[in-house]
Amino acid sequence: MKNPFNHDHPPADTPLVNVQIDGVWTQMPKGLNAVEAARRVGKFIPHYCYHPKLAIVGNCRMCLIETGGPKMDASRAPVLDASGKPEINWVPRPAIGCATNLTEGMAIRTDSPLVQECRRGVMEFLLINHPLDCPICDQAGECKLQEYSVQYGNDHSRFVEEKVKKPKRVDIGERIVLDDERCIMCSRCIRFAKDTVHDDVLGFTERGSHTTLAVHPGQRFDNNYSLNTVDICPVGALTSKDFRFQMRVWFLKETKGICTNCATGCNTIIGSRESTLYRMTPRENEAVNSEWMCDQGRLGFHYIHDPKRLTQPIARHGPETTPLAWSEIIPQVAERLRQFVPEQIGIVASGRLTNEEAFLVAEIRRVLGGDSVLTDYVPRFGRADGILRSADLNPNTHGVTLMGLSNGGASLADLRRSIDAGQIRALVVLHEDLTAEAGWDGATLQKLDLLVTLGLLQNPTTDRADFILPGASFAEKRGSMINGAGRLQRLNRAIPSPGQAWDDWQILLRLKEALGGGNGLHTIEEVFKAMAAQVPAFAGLTLSRIGDLGIELEAAMPKETATE
Amino acid sequence: MSNPRAVDPATQLVEPEHAFPVSEAHGALVTFPTGFEAKCDELITHYPVSKRSASLPLLHLWQETFGHISPQGIEWIAAKLDLQPINILELVTFYPMFRQHPIGRIQIKVCRTLSCALAGSYKLCDHFRERCGTATSDAHGIASSPEGKYAVEFVECIASCGTAPVIMINDDFHEAVTLQRADELLGKYD
Amino acid sequence: MPVQERRLILANIDRDGYTPDIDCYLRNGGYADLKKALTLDGPAIVAEVKTSQLRGRGGAGFSCGMKWGFIDPKKNTKPVYLICNADESEPGTFKDRQIIYKDPHQLLEGMIIACYANNVHLAYIYIRGEFVLGAQILEKAIAEAKTEGFLGKAINGTGYDLEIYVHRGAGAYICGEETGLIESLEGKRAYPRIKPPYFPAVLGLYMCPTIVNNVETLCNIKHIVRMGGAEFAKIGKPNNTGTRLLCVSGDVEKPGYFEFEVGALTMGELINDVCGGIKGGRKLKAIIPGGSSAKVLRAGERYKIKSKKPDGTMEEKEIGLLDITLDFDTLAAAGSMAGSGGIIVMDETRDMVECLANINTFYAHESCGQCTPCREGSLWMKKVTDRLVAGEGLPGDPKLLKTVADNIAGRTICAFGEACAWPVQSFVAKFPEEFAKHAEGKVATAARKGTVAQEPSKAMEAA
Ligand SMILES: Cc1cc2nc3c(=O)[nH]c(=O)nc-3n(C[C@H](O)[C@H](O)[C@H](O)COP(=O)(O)O)c2cc1C
Ligand code: SF4
Ligand code: SF4
Ligand code: SF4
Ligand code: FES
Ligand code: FES
Repeated sequence: MKNPFNHDHPPADTPLVNVQIDGVWTQMPKGLNAVEAARRVGKFIPHYCYHPKLAIVGNCRMCLIETGGPKMDASRAPVLDASGKPEINWVPRPAIGCATNLTEGMAIRTDSPLVQECRRGVMEFLLINHPLDCPICDQAGECKLQEYSVQYGNDHSRFVEEKVKKPKRVDIGERIVLDDERCIMCSRCIRFAKDTVHDDVLGFTERGSHTTLAVHPGQRFDNNYSLNTVDICPVGALTSKDFRFQMRVWFLKETKGICTNCATGCNTIIGSRESTLYRMTPRENEAVNSEWMCDQGRLGFHYIHDPKRLTQPIARHGPETTPLAWSEIIPQVAERLRQFVPEQIGIVASGRLTNEEAFLVAEIRRVLGGDSVLTDYVPRFGRADGILRSADLNPNTHGVTLMGLSNGGASLADLRRSIDAGQIRALVVLHEDLTAEAGWDGATLQKLDLLVTLGLLQNPTTDRADFILPGASFAEKRGSMINGAGRLQRLNRAIPSPGQAWDDWQILLRLKEALGGGNGLHTIEEVFKAMAAQVPAFAGLTLSRIGDLGIELEAAMPKETATE
Repeated sequence: MSNPRAVDPATQLVEPEHAFPVSEAHGALVTFPTGFEAKCDELITHYPVSKRSASLPLLHLWQETFGHISPQGIEWIAAKLDLQPINILELVTFYPMFRQHPIGRIQIKVCRTLSCALAGSYKLCDHFRERCGTATSDAHGIASSPEGKYAVEFVECIASCGTAPVIMINDDFHEAVTLQRADELLGKYD
Repeated sequence: MPVQERRLILANIDRDGYTPDIDCYLRNGGYADLKKALTLDGPAIVAEVKTSQLRGRGGAGFSCGMKWGFIDPKKNTKPVYLICNADESEPGTFKDRQIIYKDPHQLLEGMIIACYANNVHLAYIYIRGEFVLGAQILEKAIAEAKTEGFLGKAINGTGYDLEIYVHRGAGAYICGEETGLIESLEGKRAYPRIKPPYFPAVLGLYMCPTIVNNVETLCNIKHIVRMGGAEFAKIGKPNNTGTRLLCVSGDVEKPGYFEFEVGALTMGELINDVCGGIKGGRKLKAIIPGGSSAKVLRAGERYKIKSKKPDGTMEEKEIGLLDITLDFDTLAAAGSMAGSGGIIVMDETRDMVECLANINTFYAHESCGQCTPCREGSLWMKKVTDRLVAGEGLPGDPKLLKTVADNIAGRTICAFGEACAWPVQSFVAKFPEEFAKHAEGKVATAARKGTVAQEPSKAMEAA
């Protein structure tokens, strides 16, 4: 992700300068702004308009600090104090931290009486025309106005005049509602839309205190990154229609996840409560998505709570379906599969499988007959947008390829022909619907003697299946994936799977054991270890070593499915 | 970078067309008098570094030609300068001289600021409003008479404070305007 | 013997038979200074301007030579632009208008010399939108100068090219602030830029080094070239050189614009001798000396002014309002500023709360709305003074006004913050009894019409 600005990450070769922050001398990259410099020493300078990835406009004035430079004597040499450090000449006028760039000998005060007074003043100004919406505002709980007003504001209001009236509940786009009275005119959203995603539809109309954020009449703010503005809006002016009024944010449990809607693998925070996923928001990872994600990815989770979600292992005998316990169904599946010779079995894998799952599928394939078992995955392509979205809509194409389960989709037609010709008579389908997504017609599936599906949703393929194994969604399981750029990243479990649905790796592990391929694996860590022992790309890695931000895989990745 | 709107058609999120359609909904569309576009093109040559700089000149020209800046005007100017319509709407609503609705033919601007107020401009403005029969002000603070003949408006200091109170009728300055002089002027512009 | 005007810039303005066309200008020796300048090299002219000690006439009084000196022709690789600030919108100021309407070639000549001196090839005159005729006059003057070879390609037979265009504003005061002006000229809302990093001399128009000078400042350049910097510096006082156009408005018998050597006369001489005294023989109450942004001065106040005696030693004198000499340093020492040269006089009958309410309305209307303290504070202060005028004052209002103003000044993006805070701070501090009376709700002006502030009904309507 190329950001137009990266104020928080100056180039590594930036020279260091000596600076004093709240009395303590330290070294920082030259030119770093004071907000970031303070952050690096654990001091927080409150700010609204400043964002490390956006142009600096300095309009909110919340980050006012005191600055100074070395005091010079008559010969223009710095005057030193008792400890040999330069004495500071403080500038009487406060300066904004976001546009104060460090120079040699600079000193800043982030919490002096003057600074505190400035913040109180700005907070008072921001609040006088702000509506008293907090009890009904979605931002409550993560609102910077609320937060800073407690920390830096006055305890009472001196404003007795009438507040400025502005439009409320403005429908500015497919996914966003604007409340202009709540807007503090920081212009973050405008700068993001214009500079980061090149969709210049937001702007300010009117002037002075009547300044109003607006979309041009007749236009809509609904580019594929629009919801990022909801994240960066410091107040509740921009809210997500999808999340609006669904859940107070302080009830949400946060789990680190990755988006599985394309090969970019944007890092996310999954917000859930009990067994429901309420929202996904981007999690900063400069190597992948910076602080952003696309709207499709962000909203592309609702299917996991779809009424069609499969929650019960089911065996079908003719028209009869029988719900079974996992302990019953897995031996039955294994028993049936064993009745076919390798050339009669096919496997349709998926780019949605985790590495661990793909590894276990490969193991099962080995037990069933190895290369003789015709196997491929279902490719899925869209269009790369040059921002984040990859043309590859499978989150783990690299992973399934690395496990030898992919022939780039080229073998799918062979598979289908062999089934039609009656050569292949048993098929295992993982997380794919062959009718809708691979374009097969139902007649092909009818030819099979055995169809085993592992997946999430009921679909025409599962309707035909002899065994329906309900798996876990990306938010319900652990494991790893390799994104389009060759970065290994981790999924975490945010919510439990519904009903009897079960972690895919568990299901696959049991099936493999039932097929006679048991080798003492019990945990996902052990699966990873076994995989790492076999796959050179993972040599020396463990699941925990991947870390929250993932790691770049050294080994050459097949590049044909890379992003962009 | 490609246009972020051009997303995968297979997805759920439908992206409407970006270009803003100039539709009938904006009222009657104006036709350009001869030479209008040529004049625009000439104005643009004043800004060899950035076409965007021609925004205010084109808005002035549009308003002089058509009386006010219609949505059509905003979109046309934006397209002419390779800008988005919001870039122009931002200006129309920022600069007080631009108006988005037709106003009276005879436009009277009375200076409200201190030197003129000391010389009686509040009384003068009331006088004009009374004489012109203007109703209460619109969103731009302009009060037009019902038949659309007059528009009276308070404006801020117009840099003639030494001869207060000062008014502008259309593009002309009139200085030291007494109530009697006000009536004479109204007669003259009739 | 009243002090005589020293008409340098106004030499021809209002002279019988003097017209704004180039023929008249040439007949009166016009463009001779440009011809002289073209025989010098740019840095030499910059040096003369430095020697002249000319200070900017737009409001801030910044040294013109130093401003030009920021642009290092050796280090700079980008084009340099020059913009003439003809936005003249500081209330009480109407001097640039005289030059533009009556002697446009004087401005052009000064501007062309300034461009030549700083190696500028593209320059703009940013003129306020209401000067419709003024813009036409300037455009005509530019066309004439082109025909005569003083503008365009190979000026006056030299290798120097320059284009000047007139750019009209559209009614926004903030376009007078130089970085707001630059944004406006770039076709955007006139949002002043943060400084640092956007100092015009470094990152100005189109992010290139840019000189912004006031109309009057640029006219002076022509005279500096004619006289030489050292000679020019002899006019006025050290550090306050040249002449100054003074605009007097408000409650005096003969308001108008005048030109005096800087520091040559006192406020008393200006008001009483030049302007015929306070209107109707009434008494003086207050003076705003440098455009409405300047802090108000109250009749009867005493100021301690330090000055350098001819022998170089310092002396301190206590003086009254009418003893203030009209120069940058003395007005600053008196706690206000020379600003834009707009002097607004108020007599004893004026209600200072109403006057402040009038000023506050101006600033609330003109705040660009970009930065929090000014956007919210300017309207808040207006609402409070409107309430005071309407007889609905609250006891805490004077203190409230002061603290709100204190929270604006020094904390905003541009000097508009000070411009809207200083009137409030000074009016409230200097006329406490009037504010106290209003704050007690004792002065209800509800019945009055034609006051200097909004009538209560309208005040409430606008709130
Ligand atoms: C709010 C504000 C309004 C201003 N208005 C004007 C103006 O109308 N005309 C002007 O020449 N300078 C104005 N200035 C001053 C300019 O910013 C700038 O300092 C000046 O044009 C520089 O020219 P000078 O050095 O020749 O004075 C204004 C400044 C501020 C802060
Ligand atoms: S909507 Fe939010 S992000 Fe946009 S300007 Fe307003 S407060 Fe800032
Ligand atoms: S770009 Fe891809 S990974 Fe990122 S949020 Fe969008 S769909 Fe998800
Ligand atoms: S101080 Fe006022 S005019 Fe200047 S940038 Fe801030 S809001 Fe705009
Ligand atoms: S964060 Fe620095 S001014 Fe807004
Ligand atoms: S105050 Fe009216 S023209 Fe200046």
